[in-house]
Amino acid sequence: MRVHAKRAGALLGGLLFPAWSMADWTLNMAPGVTGTSNEIFSLHMTILWICVAIGVVVFGVMFWSIFAHRKSQGAKPANFHENTLVEILWTIIPFVILVVMAIPATATLVDMYDTTESDVDIKVTGYQWRWKYDYIEEDFGYFSNMSTSRDEIYNRTAKSENYLLDVDNPMVVPVGAKVRLLLTANDVIHSWWVPAFGVKKDAIPGFINETWTRVDEPGIYRGQCTELCGKDHGFMPVVVKAVPQEEYDQWVAEQREAAERERELTEKDWTLEELMVRGEKAYASACAACHQADGSGAPPAFPALKGSQIVLEDMEAHLDVVVNGVSGTAMQAFGEQLNEVDLAAVITYERNAWGNDTGEMITPKEVFEYKNQE
Amino acid sequence: MSAVADTHAQDHHHHGPAKGFSRWLLTTNHKDIGSMYLIFSFAMFLLGGTMAMVIRAELFQPGLQIVEPEFFNQMTTMHGLIMVFGAVMPAFVGLANWMLPLMIGAPDMALPRMNNWSFWLLPCAFLILVSTLFMEGGAPNFGWTFYAPLSTTYGPPSTTFFIFAVHIMGISSIMGAINVIATILNLRAPGMTLMKMPLFVWTWLITAFLLIAVMPVLAGVVTMMLMDINFGTSFFDASGGGDPVLFQHVFWFFGHPEVYIMILPAFGAVSHIIPAFSRKPLFGYASMVYAVGAIALLSFVVWAHHMFTVGIPIAGQLFFMYATMLIAVPTGVKVFNWVATMFRGALSFETPMLFAVAFVILFTIGGFSGLMLAIAPADFQYHDTYFVVAHFHYVLVPGAIFGIFASAYFWLPKWTGHMYDETLAKTHFWLSFIGMNLAFFPMHFLGLAGMPRRIPDYALQFADFNMVSSVGAFMFGATQLLFLLIVVKCVKGGEKASAKPWDGAEGLEWTVPSPAPYHTFSTPPEVK
Repeated sequence: MRVHAKRAGALLGGLLFPAWSMADWTLNMAPGVTGTSNEIFSLHMTILWICVAIGVVVFGVMFWSIFAHRKSQGAKPANFHENTLVEILWTIIPFVILVVMAIPATATLVDMYDTTESDVDIKVTGYQWRWKYDYIEEDFGYFSNMSTSRDEIYNRTAKSENYLLDVDNPMVVPVGAKVRLLLTANDVIHSWWVPAFGVKKDAIPGFINETWTRVDEPGIYRGQCTELCGKDHGFMPVVVKAVPQEEYDQWVAEQREAAERERELTEKDWTLEELMVRGEKAYASACAACHQADGSGAPPAFPALKGSQIVLEDMEAHLDVVVNGVSGTAMQAFGEQLNEVDLAAVITYERNAWGNDTGEMITPKEVFEYKNQE
Repeated sequence: MSAVADTHAQDHHHHGPAKGFSRWLLTTNHKDIGSMYLIFSFAMFLLGGTMAMVIRAELFQPGLQIVEPEFFNQMTTMHGLIMVFGAVMPAFVGLANWMLPLMIGAPDMALPRMNNWSFWLLPCAFLILVSTLFMEGGAPNFGWTFYAPLSTTYGPPSTTFFIFAVHIMGISSIMGAINVIATILNLRAPGMTLMKMPLFVWTWLITAFLLIAVMPVLAGVVTMMLMDINFGTSFFDASGGGDPVLFQHVFWFFGHPEVYIMILPAFGAVSHIIPAFSRKPLFGYASMVYAVGAIALLSFVVWAHHMFTVGIPIAGQLFFMYATMLIAVPTGVKVFNWVATMFRGALSFETPMLFAVAFVILFTIGGFSGLMLAIAPADFQYHDTYFVVAHFHYVLVPGAIFGIFASAYFWLPKWTGHMYDETLAKTHFWLSFIGMNLAFFPMHFLGLAGMPRRIPDYALQFADFNMVSSVGAFMFGATQLLFLLIVVKCVKGGEKASAKPWDGAEGLEWTVPSPAPYHTFSTPPEVK
């Protein structure tokens, strides 16, 4: 039945709308790939069938009355208006059903809250509007931005298969290991959700929430931010890649090495051109969501950088805004989010792009000194 | 009846309503104020509905076509605020104004001047709220739940106006609630003991107590926001030692009883309509009263079920799960009572009954999804997805809104003195019923498939059901213009309504002529 509906839907959709052929008519929750998600799925199905059963009885009596006790069919009304036994019964029976339901729900919940004995700890930080994953024991971390292009969103090109659900750097976890997630946020409340894991937890500024998962099957799993966090709330997907342990170890080693190389870059002597190239990339991932790719911003919340006085003239103020943010506004303190190279590159880029041709540059070393003198 | 004779006698002494605009501006008459509340709420319903149409138009297809995400968020926020505070709550206050005095045999509300003021505050509040759409930085864009710090540190400049509007609405609601309580407790006709009161009166009495208990809490939370935004405090700002989760606790301490504020009066109205068209007394009157009381009390201890994912300790999680599940018991009792009332009656299906039966069925479906959401572990999957959107639209649209439509059709003959056009009204019902289900049922599937709420664009696997849902929403939205037509037509003319146009209806309101004279029950009737 469902398969037929799916096929018919796909066929009809394919004819009417190209995008439809990608879509499906999924009706139910998927069981997922973790123990937790399977337990949740079975709770979901149990409570669903209980509701269906109660519905059949209640609506059955109602439809019978509608069908058989119509005035137009000559029905004469009875006059009863209470029955103590029935009233007690229909108070007690639902209560018993609820108690029966509460038992497995409690067991699952206790299990979900047990974050002890983890093999891998990852700190997940929500930013407007991307995620940062820090591998606490391994000394590296990185941002994960949506990689779907604006052209796809604004219907200028065809939408890819994982439209809105693709990122540049997914979280990577080893299969079979207990992964503990420590969630927090840098600005507003976000919520980290991967349906296939049965894990959803709010990332709240000032708090560290804990949850855990153990993924049994290798694969790529997708989810989204589920707490309204501002204008790009719909554009901060979660992508997790579960890989075998050996592959994971190798990946960790590479990441550590790359992080080490990044740190060395601070010492290098950069030219304006090199900083511009790097700055364009860093700007696109960290700044463009608000200030727009062309620096025009979206005033008044997000001021334009093109022609901005701070950007054109006062280097010290420019550095201050980028490193420390502007309190009381959406401008975050990027000093902790970006490394010195990226900070220098972004600032240099902003001072020389879109006709802001100041010709001025700032080096990673200068940024480093600025941060340390504070 | 004496009431009829009295009103005739009065006509010689009292003049009717004043002429022109001053009649409406200065009136202290419960019927005039009731009408104004109802007209205002319908206007807000259309405005909030228009915003819903913008939302559904943007979600018709994947990709951004019509509005930018920034404006989309303003639409979802304003839609929620306007529907909750502008459409549903004032509509029930309007029904209360019209019907409570008529049902308890009182000449008017107990505090008529305050009544006038509580109404006129509302248009002012909404003028402020709606004007934020035209301000620099746009209207509130943080959802109708306005979670901090999105609404404080990161809110648009218009947030302060939003806070002021909420304060004014709150004052209006509190005054309205005080008036309802004073009226019910003091002005009942001799012989009408509490346990003889019509259920609409009972449910409104309990609703009014809920309002008095929680509106100050809402006022408190927005005041804390105001301080955070303008006066440098850090109630909800973690970097200043504040607590963003505190906001949610305080908000939902208001927010959950608020849900019942929007549904209890509908319970009451439906408890009149179903017996009337079943021609059989309401089954289990006393248990209905106790059930409403139990629901109201429980509504104060379940707030954190909106917050299962914020990381409250497991003991709290379990408490709020059990307490929430418990609400299913009294709610179930009410549904069983309505079905038992219909059982072995002599049913007919005029429009009020159609809306009332649809209310029972669809509200029960919303109750079922509510029970599913109460299961905390499962809620981790449902939370903040379209499953939740489906759930609360099932309790609020066929719950609150259908309850209001049922009441309006039931009492329109009493208000206007004319019968409404039954064919048009049935068309209104069926189009609303189909449109509403088409709009909101697929949202269950979307949520279970993993679509988060409050997103302006979605992944491709959600495309089909979103399109279906949008079609249903457009249908439901357009249909409501028909209601306007039906009411205007009924006010202007139509078949004359007798004092008691429904043969199975019971209650004092049917003892006065239709339309109800400007002044009724100047001498209280005797209730045996």
